Amino acid sequence: MSVQTTSAPIEKPPVTEVGVIGWLRANLFNSPFNSVLTIACFALIVYILQAILPWALFKAVWSGTPKDCQVEGVGACWAVVSEKNRFTLFGRYTYDEQWRPAVAILLFLGLIGLSCFRRFWGKALIWAWVSQVFIWAILMWGGVLGLKFVSHEQWGGLPLTLMMSVVAIVVAYPIGIVLALGRRSDMPVARSLCVAYIELIRGVPLISVLFMASVMIPLFFPEGVTVDKLLRAQIGFTMFLAAYLAEVVRAGLQAIPKGQYEAADALGLGYWAKMRLIVLPQALRLVIPPMVNSFISTFKDTSLVIIIGLVDLLNAGKIAVNDPPWRSFYVEMYVYIALIYFAFCFTMSKFSQRLERDLSKATSR
Amino acid sequence: MTDRRSGATAVTEKPKTAFWNDRDVRAVIFQILIVLGVLAVGWYLVHNTLANLEQRKIATGFSFLGREAGFSIGESLIPYSAADTYLHAIWVGIINTLLVSVIGIALATVLGTVIGVARLSTNWLVARLASVYVEGLRNIPLLLQLFFWYSLVSEALPPVRQALKLVPDYVFLSQKGLRVPHIVDHAIYGWMGLLVLVGIIGAFLWRRAAARHQEATGKLRPVFWPTVGLLIGPAALLWLVTGAPLTLEKPELRGFDFRGGGTLSPEMIALLIGLVTYTASFIAENVRAGILSVPKGQWEASRALGLPNGRALRLIILPQALRVIVPPMTSQYLNLTKNSSLAVAIGYPDLVSILNTTINQTGQGIEGVALIMAAYLTVSLSISAFMNWYNKRIALIER
Repeated sequence: MSVQTTSAPIEKPPVTEVGVIGWLRANLFNSPFNSVLTIACFALIVYILQAILPWALFKAVWSGTPKDCQVEGVGACWAVVSEKNRFTLFGRYTYDEQWRPAVAILLFLGLIGLSCFRRFWGKALIWAWVSQVFIWAILMWGGVLGLKFVSHEQWGGLPLTLMMSVVAIVVAYPIGIVLALGRRSDMPVARSLCVAYIELIRGVPLISVLFMASVMIPLFFPEGVTVDKLLRAQIGFTMFLAAYLAEVVRAGLQAIPKGQYEAADALGLGYWAKMRLIVLPQALRLVIPPMVNSFISTFKDTSLVIIIGLVDLLNAGKIAVNDPPWRSFYVEMYVYIALIYFAFCFTMSKFSQRLERDLSKATSR
Repeated sequence: MTDRRSGATAVTEKPKTAFWNDRDVRAVIFQILIVLGVLAVGWYLVHNTLANLEQRKIATGFSFLGREAGFSIGESLIPYSAADTYLHAIWVGIINTLLVSVIGIALATVLGTVIGVARLSTNWLVARLASVYVEGLRNIPLLLQLFFWYSLVSEALPPVRQALKLVPDYVFLSQKGLRVPHIVDHAIYGWMGLLVLVGIIGAFLWRRAAARHQEATGKLRPVFWPTVGLLIGPAALLWLVTGAPLTLEKPELRGFDFRGGGTLSPEMIALLIGLVTYTASFIAENVRAGILSVPKGQWEASRALGLPNGRALRLIILPQALRVIVPPMTSQYLNLTKNSSLAVAIGYPDLVSILNTTINQTGQGIEGVALIMAAYLTVSLSISAFMNWYNKRIALIER
């Protein structure tokens, strides 16, 4: 009887289980059905790429005149984007002054960037957002500090889109909180008014709210008072958003354990002190991710102002390709605008997902 | 909160406080102030509005509904001409809105479910493709997508004379939309419809009997094939017995347009593609969340019972996932219905588009907006009532 003294040599795992092949087997070909699916998907991807890539990249025209694009056999005409870029981004804003909306956009991007880091979260950030609204007003309107005055009828493009969403959020946010508190209040009159408002607005499409704002607001004010088209759209937009934010906040309020209310009562705090110091800070923190989602939909929804004739980003792009020589290149323009919207929305949505994970980690510990 | 406080007052003697410090008195005063404020603002607005209307010589009231509309509508399920009344035009709009919403909801549910399940696929490529779809579509404004589809349908497709022959001689696709054959009505179709109705009742009774039989004896009776048979069997039999009457009115190219057959207009196609693909990306996320919410142990348990995958999904997983899926699905259905109002931007004559024309012609903005709101509220409330009923039916019954 012999005793084995040396241990068996360590066998490498079979090549079919590790590395690229192993990964392929585990993820793409782990059953006959999946193999068929993989091949079908692969064929689909190849088909789409061979249809799109030559058009979008290899045969595309990157700069030049419409004539360069109308040559037989060329692909996408990205020249339309570079040619019309300034109109698309800034609308009819005075051409020489367009650095001002550009600065305003950069400022906004910077502030968004800061807001993404939780270490900057605090009172200062809120004030930064509020003061940003004023800085925007100065930059966009001008007329002070030696800046030339530019009427808001000339505003357009990306700054208009950003501004409408930011103003709507900043103004609708407190209104939404008041509505949510009202909806959960035990005063029947206040509660039913809030419920009626929220349900009425949420039950109808945004377009009808915008129509209402544009048709009815002029009737509401005494003779001689004219409310500008932009302001009317902004009011309609804010009213709409407030109703949706109210529901988001209500969800947060409902999630606060009853004990927190009772503890605040036990401390002898009044209603407003209880809400301001105990309940709202916790509730609002809980609903930050859905609030970011609200912000994303608001950003996308601003495109609807095209229907009452404001020149936002989408409308500016549409007007730009109405120029007869460039008319046949609408697809390129739509793709460009879609990419801008996508960049904003996708970043915010990824941010909100990360936040959701972080916050749930913090609470589940 | 109310009951807690009344409970407390029942136990302890109410402490004596000055009336302005009493919570109940304060609440009453506060509410009176709210009512007064709302009334004051309301009176101010109504007063201004009436003054403005009088000054602009706009009559109030709904009498304009009876007047001749005078505009034509591109497509309509019911007969309509420009000589008809505004009321009739609005009715056409409501039907168009409902048509797009119902088709859209059905298609978006199917597409969304497929993509939601695909995102959970163990196949890496399938899951990736599904996420690209979801992230791509939901981060771009719907209106932009609608413009895109509409341009594509109305400009990139060939003109009528070179229409794409999807099914040669029967289905054509061109800038003027999709042209399909039309089934010529026949006397027995009404009877066939009646038989299908009877079949539905029969299938319902069979399923109930089968369930009872299973509860009593534990034996499964076949359900699926008898249901299918009962649903279409009698009608199909009648159709065959009467000599299978089927006359298709083929669309034919005459001059500059097709004659005969039915049409799906470019506006309708663009609106449907846009609404369905956009909403499906949201529905997919709801479906994914719903399926993920079912604990893994449920899959394992159903496998341990020896259930095949399909039946495990249908009997164990889906009923539980639906509880999570249905409430957000309701909001997606409502969103789709409300979003169909974007039709106004691409010229599909839905309710909002027709009322917008009406407002522009008559100047009766208040009535027009009120009608839009009333119509959408009715639709929204009916959808949520139905979905709430369904939700209650499938909700967890805890014993």
